[in-house]
Amino acid sequence: MKLHEIAHSRTGDKGNISNISLIVYKPEDYERVKAAVTPERVKQYFSSIVTGKVVRYELPNLHALNFVMHGALGGGVTRSIALDAHGKSLASALMNMEIS
Amino acid sequence: MKTIRIGTGAGYSGDRIEPAVELAEKGGIGYLVFECLAERTIAIAQQARLANPDMGYDALMVDRLRAVLPACRKNGVRIITNMGAANPLAAGRKAVEVAKEMGFTGIKVATVSGDEVRTLVISENLRLDDSGKPAAEMAEAIVSANAYLGARPIAEALGQGADIVITGRVADPSLFLAPMLHEFGWSDTDWEKLGKGTVVGHLMECAGQVTGGYYADPGVKDVPGLGHLGFPIAEVDETGGAVITKVAEAGGMVTTDTCKEQILYELHDPHAYKTPDVTADFSGVRFIQEGPDRVRVEGANGRERPETLKVSVGYKDGFHGEGQISYAGPGAVARGRLALDVVAERLETVGLKADEIRYDLIGINSLHGEGLSQGGDPYEVRVRVIARTRDKRNATLVGNEVETLYTNGPACGGGAAKSVKEIVAMDSTLVPRAAVNPHVDMLEA
Repeated sequence: MKLHEIAHSRTGDKGNISNISLIVYKPEDYERVKAAVTPERVKQYFSSIVTGKVVRYELPNLHALNFVMHGALGGGVTRSIALDAHGKSLASALMNMEIS
Repeated sequence: MKTIRIGTGAGYSGDRIEPAVELAEKGGIGYLVFECLAERTIAIAQQARLANPDMGYDALMVDRLRAVLPACRKNGVRIITNMGAANPLAAGRKAVEVAKEMGFTGIKVATVSGDEVRTLVISENLRLDDSGKPAAEMAEAIVSANAYLGARPIAEALGQGADIVITGRVADPSLFLAPMLHEFGWSDTDWEKLGKGTVVGHLMECAGQVTGGYYADPGVKDVPGLGHLGFPIAEVDETGGAVITKVAEAGGMVTTDTCKEQILYELHDPHAYKTPDVTADFSGVRFIQEGPDRVRVEGANGRERPETLKVSVGYKDGFHGEGQISYAGPGAVARGRLALDVVAERLETVGLKADEIRYDLIGINSLHGEGLSQGGDPYEVRVRVIARTRDKRNATLVGNEVETLYTNGPACGGGAAKSVKEIVAMDSTLVPRAAVNPHVDMLEA
């Protein structure tokens, strides 16, 4: 299934860094998503866009993960020639990820 | 226990105007905060100020003040805003003028200045974080450098009786923390309370993004009344306890899920959210749905503030030249791809010099590239070619070569558009706190 079925997400931008939240609707899905959506997998998933490291922070109180992706915004929001220079739509790409 | 109510009147410079009026009229608020200063906005405002010393503040400030002042005066609502942008003093004078024109007298307008540090950044030759370049090397290109100020100068202005406080660059959450400092007498080293107030500010600073805006996903996350979305209200008590809510009849909703999306927005390490006031710790935050459209925020904390202040630096960085054209019906994608190939050949023929160039098919791959896009043939596609160039002449070539597809390219291309924009890029650096001296000026209508 796609992450979209069990979780929601929002992207934020600062300079050339994008952060994507991953928030599960049901607390019981948190551990499963945590095991499946590793920073390594997210780095691989966004390899065509993200040039730097991906750091994952865990927020168990919120049943959420926060992925901080360095070098994700084409040199920064203000320089980028991407249509979505802020990378605001990247959360939707994450929602398209398949998990078992 | 003493409690104050703070509303958000705008979450970015172009935001809707009516929600602030609704808050001033029906929100039962004491403070209305307009956050209107994105990173780049101040650099563009600085250019406006250089062209005219009376300009350089937010273009919508007058409209916003005209809209909210009647209800603010009637209900005793004080206004805090960073709409001063690159020229808080001129903005303050304009605000006084607007108040007088509307027949309001005795209004005290405070301005907070001192964030401007361009000369310091260049003379100290500070290294910029993203480009890695020393500022002196870029001196000619640098149009602005502004340090992020904290909540204290705004709280001082409120202490002096200001009805309206207008600032330049201030950290967004600090705009909201300021009335808490003023009303509750929190000290500058009460890290836990400053951390709690900063979390509230962070939740509030993007206005509708915590009340169901930027959240709707039909069938999965439905939001009522997006067309008349209400902006948020924070009820904060003197211990830093807080509830996020909205005007009952306004559209949108406040739920634990809307709050979760917003607390993680533009957050990096949840243990260390740095502002000029505090290093806030978001890691222990919990949200509790207390009632309809009422979410309690618990568990925030804070530690000692950073010794340095972040500075955002705006610099001229060449041009973006862009062209677009659309194709529809059978073979639309193939014609779009052919168009991109033709433009690439043409730009080589005319000798385009570009630092970076990008060929997109909107509808196919423009947002996430071929790797993440799912394929499938849409009914229509839009060709988009864009380059970053050093000069305007090269930038102009890009749009021109897309436009010539009308008579020279694949069949039935329509709706061509082209543009050339000068780029003001943003970078950042740090300055010692002691090098920045915020000050408050008071005017009266």
